[in-house]
This record gives sequence, structure tokens and C-alpha cells, in this order.
Amino acid sequence: MRGASTRENVLNHLGVLAAAVLTLAAATGHAAAGAEVSHFTLSNGLELVVIPDHRAPVVTHMVWYKVGSADETPGKSGLAHFLEHLMFKGTAKNPAGRFSQVVATIGGQENAFTAADYTGYFQRVPRDQLKTLMEFEADRMTGLVLTDQAVQTELKVVLEEQNMRVANNPGARLGEQMEAALYLNHPYGRPVIGWRHEIEQLNREDALAFYRRFYSPNNAILVVAGDVTVDEVCTLAQETYAKVPRVVETKPRLRPQEPVQEASRTVTLADPRVAQPSVSRYYLVPSSTTARPGESEALEVLAHILGRGSNSRLYRTLVFDRGIAVSAGASYSATAVDATHFSVYATPKPGTDLRQMEEALDVVLASIKEQGVSEEELTRSKSRMIADATYANDNQRVMAQWYGAALATGSTVEKVNTWSDRIRAVSANEVRDVARRWLDKRRSVTGYLVKDTRSEEKRS
Amino acid sequence: MNPAARYRALLNCLAAACVAAGALSSALPASAMTIERVVSPGGIEAWIVHSSAPMIALDFAMQGSADQDPPDKLGVAYLAASLLDEGAGPYDAMSFHARLERSAIEIGFRAGRDYLRGNLRSLRENRDEAFDYLRLALTQPRFDAEAVERMRSQIMSRLRREIVSPTDLASRNWWAAAFPGHPYGRPVEGTLESLPRITVDDLRSYSARVLARGSLKVAIVGDVDAETAGTLLDRTFGSLPARAELDPVSRVAAQGLGRRIVIKLDVPQAAVSFGGPGVSRNDPDFMAAYVVNHILGGGSFSSRLYREVREKRGLAYGISDSLVWLNQTALMIGHTATRADATGKTIEIIDKETQRLAEEGPTEEELMKAKSYLKGSFALGLDSSNAIASQLVQMQLDSLGIDYIERRAGLIDGVTMADAKRVAKRLLDHGLLITVAGRPEGLAPKEGE
Repeated sequence: MRGASTRENVLNHLGVLAAAVLTLAAATGHAAAGAEVSHFTLSNGLELVVIPDHRAPVVTHMVWYKVGSADETPGKSGLAHFLEHLMFKGTAKNPAGRFSQVVATIGGQENAFTAADYTGYFQRVPRDQLKTLMEFEADRMTGLVLTDQAVQTELKVVLEEQNMRVANNPGARLGEQMEAALYLNHPYGRPVIGWRHEIEQLNREDALAFYRRFYSPNNAILVVAGDVTVDEVCTLAQETYAKVPRVVETKPRLRPQEPVQEASRTVTLADPRVAQPSVSRYYLVPSSTTARPGESEALEVLAHILGRGSNSRLYRTLVFDRGIAVSAGASYSATAVDATHFSVYATPKPGTDLRQMEEALDVVLASIKEQGVSEEELTRSKSRMIADATYANDNQRVMAQWYGAALATGSTVEKVNTWSDRIRAVSANEVRDVARRWLDKRRSVTGYLVKDTRSEEKRS
Repeated sequence: MNPAARYRALLNCLAAACVAAGALSSALPASAMTIERVVSPGGIEAWIVHSSAPMIALDFAMQGSADQDPPDKLGVAYLAASLLDEGAGPYDAMSFHARLERSAIEIGFRAGRDYLRGNLRSLRENRDEAFDYLRLALTQPRFDAEAVERMRSQIMSRLRREIVSPTDLASRNWWAAAFPGHPYGRPVEGTLESLPRITVDDLRSYSARVLARGSLKVAIVGDVDAETAGTLLDRTFGSLPARAELDPVSRVAAQGLGRRIVIKLDVPQAAVSFGGPGVSRNDPDFMAAYVVNHILGGGSFSSRLYREVREKRGLAYGISDSLVWLNQTALMIGHTATRADATGKTIEIIDKETQRLAEEGPTEEELMKAKSYLKGSFALGLDSSNAIASQLVQMQLDSLGIDYIERRAGLIDGVTMADAKRVAKRLLDHGLLITVAGRPEGLAPKEGE
């Protein structure tokens, strides 16, 4: 379904999204070994990335706008995502529904997504339909037409989406509160979907103003992956996207930055429906865009060693050895314009309380900071991580996603291409050093998901 | 994917949105894909697609899964499947996992309602090692006490989350009401009561009875020739017993049509499951039913339910339904979620649209567009080597024939307006069993006819 967001999903590891989250966390920003990727810019400023993949006569067509929830005006949270929904409401040239109808009739797939730093639209179709898509997508780059009726109905849909993703899900509600507590000043603290009371107030004028401010070829990246040549895509782009005028001048994405963080925070979400408590912590850490050379890569390796799968330190210690948790892990969302978060979590077994769980989590973190990681762990994790690049090559969408997300957050094609080499170069000392430097509790928020027994009694 | 897994994946789609919803990319085109049937010297058949990718993917299925669970020990198959890669042969769980990770090998097993499914993914250079681990997992699973307790705890922890999730509750209760007293009405994962009762002997007995070559279906996608594949197949599956010992499962049809069941839960949005009997995969009307169902609530943005419930009225973020086929029954089942005060209205629309399609059939334009979509979308769903392998196993389970992909478009084109109308009536004209978890307004629980 339309909507949702990378960042949002990555945050919600307490909820039902765990499986998808890990996949994406592992995928985002990784390299695509082997593919010969071309990258160029049209005269109107639109960046183009072409990823040839001739195994199937199909293409994946994605347009990424360098705008997300972190670019919203305070008080209008949810606007980037709301606009993403409204982008399906038609243009002067193509009335509501026509684009989707055409995609459906050729058996194509389409969707869209919003994150803190970007908004994307994609379709996947037989290769001979590429030009049709490009015409439609170029048209809605600047031609959106909105009626009050369409806006009002869609607002209800977005509120249902908020209900489904957040209001109905205690884990997701805690995730939102933790994110808000982690960022003292930066707009990453706002949920991508928006705060409900602010979503409720969004209107047609807000959406159009946001659209006119950010939707322009020079603020977008076109990624085409599939059975195409660079020349073909170039020619088609000249016939379609190149005709869209640049309507705004882009500005550097300067968001309010975090002050020195001095106090560890804790938040507790109590809900009568919580039957499985859990504890998690977010640390504020550099992203691949803001990190010093090598640091983001070391954080990726650290997240893997610490918390990916059943070989990880957290799982081995808390689940295997001590038998006090049912699950435990860590993840790092490297792909972001500004400082991002590194998260760790554990779900206790019945009989372990959250305090004990957190202490045990801290013991594992302390040991990695003090003693570092073994060569065996390092080699094993790196070989597993680098294989992900090969596995990703097997899926056109994942490839397009890597390059799109990287470019939309200030990274480069070259950086994506060299990802495997950069991971290979990470040393055990570097992993230990980033753990020491960045897993600092003063720059963190710890969240407890607990059962609210009080309100249950009140109800009965 | 087996039907039960397909159905679970749909829920994930709704939840994980862009990540999971767009089954994009395709590793190989349907049209250009050549499937080779290989029979190993030991008599094991596999369908193979040759690919130059530097990796290999395998998928397989064996009959006998949650449908074989003893009624007082629900979840045996599910727990056993979760344990096959938790220690095997000389390796305990920790050492088994470490070996897999070092060589970037992925092995997974999952129990559905009818089938145990498994898959493997490996880099080309680690292929033989990967198949060795798969063999160990299938033929010498250890079921060490430590691992059994660990996986039991994990499943129970997940269950504790699910039994307070509106979506899971609506769905769970739908299956229970549709198939009372039948294995299909029982949760595949077991229950908080049944899981503690399962012993290591139960798990051993399950794997000894079910893991067998008799009903094995295998597909491989990778850079492997027929002779090598034969050797790998024999080495991996050859030492399994020839036949499984399966308890018979009776034929059953979904019951409770017309019923409205409300599970009270204090959440702002009510989750709704709706459905009824479907059409079997081997029924001559299947393709017509598939087309009709796509028009009603299939996965695109243009179905009638999507248009009426979401586009026109903004009552839900997602609404869709799909056909599900199991060995002993066939279903259509759908899901949506809507705010408490709109639940009655949403259900009224679902009922009305279902009935309208049953009575009037689709329009010519809808039929044309649905056929066009279904023809085109198939290839796009084959989005990775593992997705292709999984699809090839499903085709074998469904007895569709190795040339099915070539015939498929013709079968869809062959659905006439008369077929669509007749099958719409057959599929949709019997009322729906509806379960709701939340605090719905405008909806009274109702017993069926």
C-alpha cells in the first residue's frame, strides 16, 4: 500500500515489522558489486542513475525527491507523507486514477514511500512500457491538481494508516516517543507519519505549498534499473523529464542540529494490551553522510557483530548463554542526511524483569567496549555482510533502492559501489573504537514497553 | 509459497508497506525462463532454472505439517520446523549457526497448514557446503533440550504479542469459526497452552513421520548443470525415508457464512477478516475465480473494494482479499482495518459489493483490465532467485505442469464473460463469515443461517 517509510519501519523493531526491518537495515546503503552503474544530470538538474540488469525484460522506475518529514515546517508534521498520498490524485493532463489504471492494465506494480529524508514513487513494468511511465511521472512532477474533496477523503485514509501503524500498536507508540526523546532539537524526532493532532489539521493549501516548494526536477533523482541501456534511458529522459522546467532553486538541507547531549533519557509506555514487555535503547550516532571516514562502516560492522541474528553477541549472551531473553539484537540505520540512531533491544523471558534485562544488555555493551571484538567475529561478520551485496544484485528493486536512498541522503554512486571494500577494510580496533566513542549513554534514550495493570483493573 | 504462508505474507504487506508490498524486480523473465526437469540417479525430481548469478537458491516442500499436529499438542510441526537449523549432526545450535554465517549460507524452514517448506541460499563457491548443512538439518536434527526451550520461548513470546494484536485476533478467530473441530481451524503456531506440553519425543516423532522423499518437491535456481544437480539432490535428500506416515485429513468447507463475530479489544481501529469458500486450484473454474476475485479485492489499486472503501470514502488504509487453496479446502479471505465508528458501514460496503458482483458479474472493461493485469503481473512477481524457486515448487504442488508459465496467459484469456458471471455467483453468492477485533460501532454480532 502507499505510504510508510524507511525510517519509520527501522524504528519499529518492537512491533510486528521486525523481519522487514532487518532486511532493510541490512540493505540500505550497501554496494552493488558488479553492476555498471551510470550517473548523470540533465540540464534541468534531474539526476539520473541507470542500473542495467538484462536478465528479464522488465524495468524498475523510481523517482526520489530529496524531501521528507525532516523538511516539514514545525506544526505541519505528516505533510511529506500526506502529499505522497495526494500525488495519486491526478494532474491537469491525467485525471485522478489514470496513471494507476495504466500501470494496472499492463500488469505493472507501483507504490510510493516516505521517509525522514526522501519521498519516492516507483513502478515496475515490462521494458517496452518505460516511456509511458516516464511521461506520467514527469507530468506529475509539477502538474498536480488537488480538489478539496480528494484531499479530505485521503486525509481519512492517512488517519486510518496512523491508526494501523501506530495507534493500534503499543510497540510503535513507544518507538515514536523514544525517537522524540532522542532528538532534542532535530526534526528526526517527529514521526514520519506525523503527530495525529497535526495530521488532522493538514489541508489542500498546505499540500500544494509543500509540493511547489520541493517537487522540481533539480530536487529529484531518477533511478532506472532493468533491461535498458544508458543510451535508451537518456533518450527517453530527454523526451520526457528534460521538458519539465526547474521550478524552484534547491537549498542546502540545513536542519536544526542536536546540541551536546548530556543526559540519558528513559521513556516508559504502559498499555493494558502489552503481554510481552521489552526494553530497547537508541543511541545518537553519525550517519554515513555525517561520519568521519570509516566510522559509519565500523558502526555497521559493530551492529552486525553485536546484534544481527543468532550469532550476535547479544543473542549469544542473553538468549543462549544466560537464557534470560527470548530475543535480542541491534541495528544501525546508516542512510540519513543527519545524525541517525543505533539501536539495541532485548525481550525478556518470563521471570526476568526489565531492569535485569537492561543491566544484562549493558554488560554486553561494556564488554565489547572494553575488550573489543575477536578476529573470528570480525571475519565471519564481514564475509556475511559482503555476501549481502551479491544477494542484493539478485533483486532489481533492492539495487534501485540502494542507489536511490544513498543519493537522496547526500551520498554518492561511488560510495555505494565501494561499500564492500570499505566494509572489508574495517579493523577490530575500529569496531571497538566506535563502540567506545558512540555507545555513550548520555546520548541515548532507553524505552520500556510494559503492561499497564492499573487501567485493566479500572476497566473490569 | 504455500497458501497459508501466502496469506501470512499478505498481512505483512499491509504492515510493512513499501518494503514488502511491492514485490518488485525479477531475476528472470517468465517468457525467457527455461525450466528443466531433472531426475537424480536416486529418483528425486527437481525443476531447475539455470542462472549465471554467482549464487544458488533452492526451495522445497514436503507434505505433512500443522495438519498433523495432535489436537492436544498444537504447534508441534511449527516448533519442529523452527528447530531443524538449531543444531544438526555433530554441530550444536551455536556452532551450526556460526558455520552458516561464516559461509553466508541461509537455510530456513517453515511449517504451513499442509506443507513443511524449506529454502536455501548460498554463494556459488559455498554450494556444496550449503547442501551438506541442509542434509544434516533434514536428516540429523538434534532437538537438543537447550534449543527446544529457546525456540519454544521465542514462539510463545511472539504468541503473547499476537493474541493482543487486532489483526491477528480477527484472523485467528476467522479460521477457528470457519473450521471448528478441523485442523485448519487451529493455529499453526500452537497456543500458549499447547506449546508447553510438547516434548522432544513429540518433535522427533513428527520429523521421523513427515520428513520423507515421498511427497518431496524441489526447485533450484543457479549455475548448476543437470548432473551436478542430481548428485546434490541424492546427497541431500537421498537418505530420507521413502514414504511419510501421514494421518488423513478430511475434506472440509468453510462454515459460519453470514456470521458476525466480535472480539472485544480496546483499540481505536477495528481489524476485520472476511471470507468464505473459494475454488480449488484444480477446479476448471479456478482461473475464472482468480479473475473475479481480482476484480473484487485483488491486490491492485483498482479493485472494487479498494475503490469503494478507500478511494471514495477514506474508510481504510488497506483492503484486499485473495484466494487461498489448501489440500482439503479452498477459500477466499480478506482483511481490512477501519476506525471504530465506521466499522458497521465498512462491513456493509464489503457485503454489498460482494453481493453486487455475485449478482451482476463484472463489466466488460473490468474483465479486460483484470485479465491484462493478471497476465502481466506474474513475471514481475518472480523478483529473485528464491522467489522463482518458491514459485516452481508451488507449481509442482499444484500439479500445474512444467509448461504452465507458457500456458498461463492463454488460460486467463480463455475466461469469458459468461464464465466470470457464473463463477462470480458460485464464489460470492453465499454470504461472508466476518470477524472483527476492536470496539466496532454499528455492528451487532450475528449467528449464521
